[in-house]
Amino acid sequence: MLALLRNQKVRGILFQFLTVVGLVAFLWYIGNNTVANIEQRGIQTGFDFLSGTAGFGIDQSPISYTEEDTHGRVFWVGLLNTLIIAFVGIVLATLLGLVIGILRLSKNWLIAKLARTYVDFFRNIPLLLQLLFWYNVVLRAMPSPKQSYAFFDMFFINNRGLYFPLPDYNTTFFMILGSFVVALMASLALNRWSNKRKENTGQDFAVLPWALGMFILFPILAYFLGGANLVFSFPALMGFNFKGGKTLSPEFLALTFALTIYTATFIAEAVRSGIEAVSHGQKEAATSLGLSNYQSLKLVVLPQAIRIAIPPIINQYLNLTKNSSLATAVGYPEIVTVFAGTSLNQVGQAIEIIMMTMLVYLFISLAVSALLNWFNHKMKIKER
Amino acid sequence: MAVYSKVEQRRAPSNTKGILHWLRDNLFSTPLNVALTALGIAILFWVIPPFVKWAYTDANFAGSTREDCSGGGACWVFVRMKIDMFMYGFYPSAERWRINTVYGFFFIMMVLFKYLKSASLKILLAHVYFIVGYFLVSGGFFGLEHVPTDKWGGLMLTIVVAAVGIVAAFPLGVILALGRASHLPIIRSISVTYIEFIRGVPLITILFMSSIILPLFFPEGVTFDKLLRALIGIAMFEAAYIAENIRGGLQSIPKGQYEAADAIGLSYWQKMGLVILPQALKVAIPNLVGVSIALFQDTTLVMIIGLFDLLAMVRLSAADSYWLGYETEGYVFVTFIFWFFCYSMSNFSQKLEKRFNTNLR
Amino acid sequence: MMLRSTIVKMSLATVAVLSFGSTTLSADTLSDVQKNGFVKCGVDGGLPGFSEVGSDGVYKGIDVDLCRAVAAAVFGDAKKVKYVALNAKERLTALQSGEIDMLSRNTTWTFTRDASLGLNFAGVNYYDGQGFMVNKKLGVKSAKELDGASICLQTGTTTELNVADYFRSNKMKYKLVSYDTNDQVLKGYETGRCDVLTSDQSQLYGLRIKLAKPDESIVLPEVISKEPLGPVVRQGDDKWFDIVKWTLYGMLNAEEAGVTTANVDAMLKTDNPDIKRLLGVEGQLGEQLGLKKDFMVPVLKQVGNYGESFEATVGVGSPLKIARGYNALWNKGGIQYAPPFR
Repeated sequence: MLALLRNQKVRGILFQFLTVVGLVAFLWYIGNNTVANIEQRGIQTGFDFLSGTAGFGIDQSPISYTEEDTHGRVFWVGLLNTLIIAFVGIVLATLLGLVIGILRLSKNWLIAKLARTYVDFFRNIPLLLQLLFWYNVVLRAMPSPKQSYAFFDMFFINNRGLYFPLPDYNTTFFMILGSFVVALMASLALNRWSNKRKENTGQDFAVLPWALGMFILFPILAYFLGGANLVFSFPALMGFNFKGGKTLSPEFLALTFALTIYTATFIAEAVRSGIEAVSHGQKEAATSLGLSNYQSLKLVVLPQAIRIAIPPIINQYLNLTKNSSLATAVGYPEIVTVFAGTSLNQVGQAIEIIMMTMLVYLFISLAVSALLNWFNHKMKIKER
Repeated sequence: MAVYSKVEQRRAPSNTKGILHWLRDNLFSTPLNVALTALGIAILFWVIPPFVKWAYTDANFAGSTREDCSGGGACWVFVRMKIDMFMYGFYPSAERWRINTVYGFFFIMMVLFKYLKSASLKILLAHVYFIVGYFLVSGGFFGLEHVPTDKWGGLMLTIVVAAVGIVAAFPLGVILALGRASHLPIIRSISVTYIEFIRGVPLITILFMSSIILPLFFPEGVTFDKLLRALIGIAMFEAAYIAENIRGGLQSIPKGQYEAADAIGLSYWQKMGLVILPQALKVAIPNLVGVSIALFQDTTLVMIIGLFDLLAMVRLSAADSYWLGYETEGYVFVTFIFWFFCYSMSNFSQKLEKRFNTNLR
Repeated sequence: MMLRSTIVKMSLATVAVLSFGSTTLSADTLSDVQKNGFVKCGVDGGLPGFSEVGSDGVYKGIDVDLCRAVAAAVFGDAKKVKYVALNAKERLTALQSGEIDMLSRNTTWTFTRDASLGLNFAGVNYYDGQGFMVNKKLGVKSAKELDGASICLQTGTTTELNVADYFRSNKMKYKLVSYDTNDQVLKGYETGRCDVLTSDQSQLYGLRIKLAKPDESIVLPEVISKEPLGPVVRQGDDKWFDIVKWTLYGMLNAEEAGVTTANVDAMLKTDNPDIKRLLGVEGQLGEQLGLKKDFMVPVLKQVGNYGESFEATVGVGSPLKIARGYNALWNKGGIQYAPPFR
């Protein structure tokens, strides 16, 4: 018996068995208590509430939503708003982070120091504080609608948000939208072709001017093909508020600013350390091969830097998405605010609602880590 | 016969030294650089003078009432008048010396740490510190008045949440990291599930869970303090992140170390405790400081579940109808405090990284 | 992927665990309270007149008085209360989860809350209705003119449901700006983030005195909803439910019988049988609740009757200056009516 206990395999199994028993007992204890508490307090359970009428309004919704819609609909509205703020934040933070990260490596002393100060300053201040600062201090200081800052009578900024004209959704609009997609596809195809040509013949082909040309020319063509009928609706002051056009609420703006500025510091660091991680020998080797500065950057440094920088950047995307839940502090209607907030409060079924909210984030992060795995796999150095 | 002529002595390369050269090299080397420099100077001018004017030149420091803030700049009187609230929350003023004592003990402990050599003595000291600190702050014995946790607030609560969060999460984090690196499949999958679940959801949902759902998990009559519930949530959250960083450290330990430990007949716990973990933790420390910084910033989230940390205290004070409109000053003050703590910690971690790097060359 | 399948398995296991066990535990809030030595009472904490923390850190207000009254009834000492400041969002879950023993936080009695949330409303300590506050400069005289306005309100209340109904039935549009706390709502209104602040009328008056320039805002005449506000307890503990309910009714009956803080000692010797039963001189009504038979005496001595509490906290004598209105006793033109002590 004792000899059996000394067997490593047996001990492993025994240890795991005990752990599982302990865990199950713990979960059983918790589950038991929860069920008893719920029953005793007469709290409703189940997911029937999702088809119940919500009854409250939501200010910003990408899909149609009225007070008569269900809590299930509220869930989708919240989820979509989360995805919107995450998408906008990711795009802007990437741009800003790239710029700051490159500036940190600038040969210009002043600029490099400024970029460094930016990073050191904003990454050391809690995001929630930054969010409250933008919302309560900066955007609150904007004038009332009647005294809005106006630009060309098309863009207006006031304490109700940012207003800008929006084209009506007609054929021309969609044609132009489509033309961008076509231009993007064509550019990608062109790039592929030029790479192949270079591999075969060694000749360079400047893709960029062609791509730019397509991005300018195609929408113009589409405009005329689509009937040259682009109608904008302009924001105009009517009654209490501006009507027409599109509004970005202060809540949305504050959240965008805070998420962008905060996350950009981390992306900048990832970019910088990615570039710095490429060993000096690589650059020297590139130079001794006779590559120009631009060529050495494009062909030698960046491909290696990207491999190092992308995984932490994608992690930051995930962090940004999770951080968007701070919206609840300013009342932007994303999933934590409207679903785990207002809906929870109306129906009171905390367990179901919080679990659903957690699952949403969990699903997003699983999707992102799948993306990351795919990227790592693709980017693995192919040893020949 | 070769004729040797004396080569003219070359002048010292004066134009590669001195301020002018430095300026040319670092600021004005190319037209692009000139433009960037101009942009940089413009940004400095746009940011610094107005801020100095607001925060110092036009600001009011003296006085004790709203009326003393007559200049156009910042009203630091507000911060001065509310500083006790910011630092201690609703902690009774007669008892605040207890918190200050705990702060004082911290510095004494730091000094002792510098001179003490034995690690186990250090660990013991840290434990004693936490126990003494808890009893001093909470009270309720030796004639000290009991101060319930709903009176705790301000910077003191921020520090309590951050410190307890890290300290409580650390052992759990180590166990999870070992579990994830374990060869036992069930242990590994339990650890992986926990870590990935926690890392996949925002802290705020965990705080909601610990503040709303946690009480349902326990039988009637077992209730947790609001602060304790937040601490449980934060420690659970933090443990996953600590585990991930320790795992990074574990992965950096060469296989030979494991094999050597096995070869001299150490048991699993001996192997981990004496050989692997000390090395892995050393590697992980800079990243762990990074986690601590993140946690310190995340403590602000307890505001959303109704605890009054430093930031919440500032918001509350700014909502005081007498001091309405001085929110900005409060935010600037909090910004300064958080920045100071986080920046010192990140500098500390960079120093550690350099110090530990030497033997990993 | 191993990870995903493990998570699925784990959640299945959790669900399975959740759906099996079912032992019921006995609920006895009174003995818990007595064991703790204080009543855990959920309040707002930032609402003038109802429950606010003074600069001395002491809670006061009409909602707070009810907490104190229950403590006085249970312990004979109105100070034995532990206040938990809750926002609208947390309050009901805090009660369900047992964090607090009773909720006295201007909570509206509605069907859903009563029927499906596992809660019981133990009476009404303030009859309210929802109204609107606007800036005078807008020149709005009636809520019917609010088409297109931005409206600030506190989320997690019946307010947002009432507004939705009102605007829908009047075929008007509005933009919703919702916040977690009253302080944020007020700030949003004051800085012009929204044109209108909506809340229960009593709160509007309370919030208005917090504005820098209270005179520039008016409360519109429309009352768009019924808002009976009252104390709430968990369902399933009838004893505790009765204690809270009858403490409130006791305060109302005391006002009706004319028993006040000042004369309660003298009233102990009265011949009036109603008062005798109320004060426990005759009969054992209190003992039927599990309390002392004279449980109302400390309540009246330390807190006062309903009218005294009302006048001191929200009434004409307070900064809020709210008239009794609906909250007058039934025999004085109001609708406050308590069943008899018998």
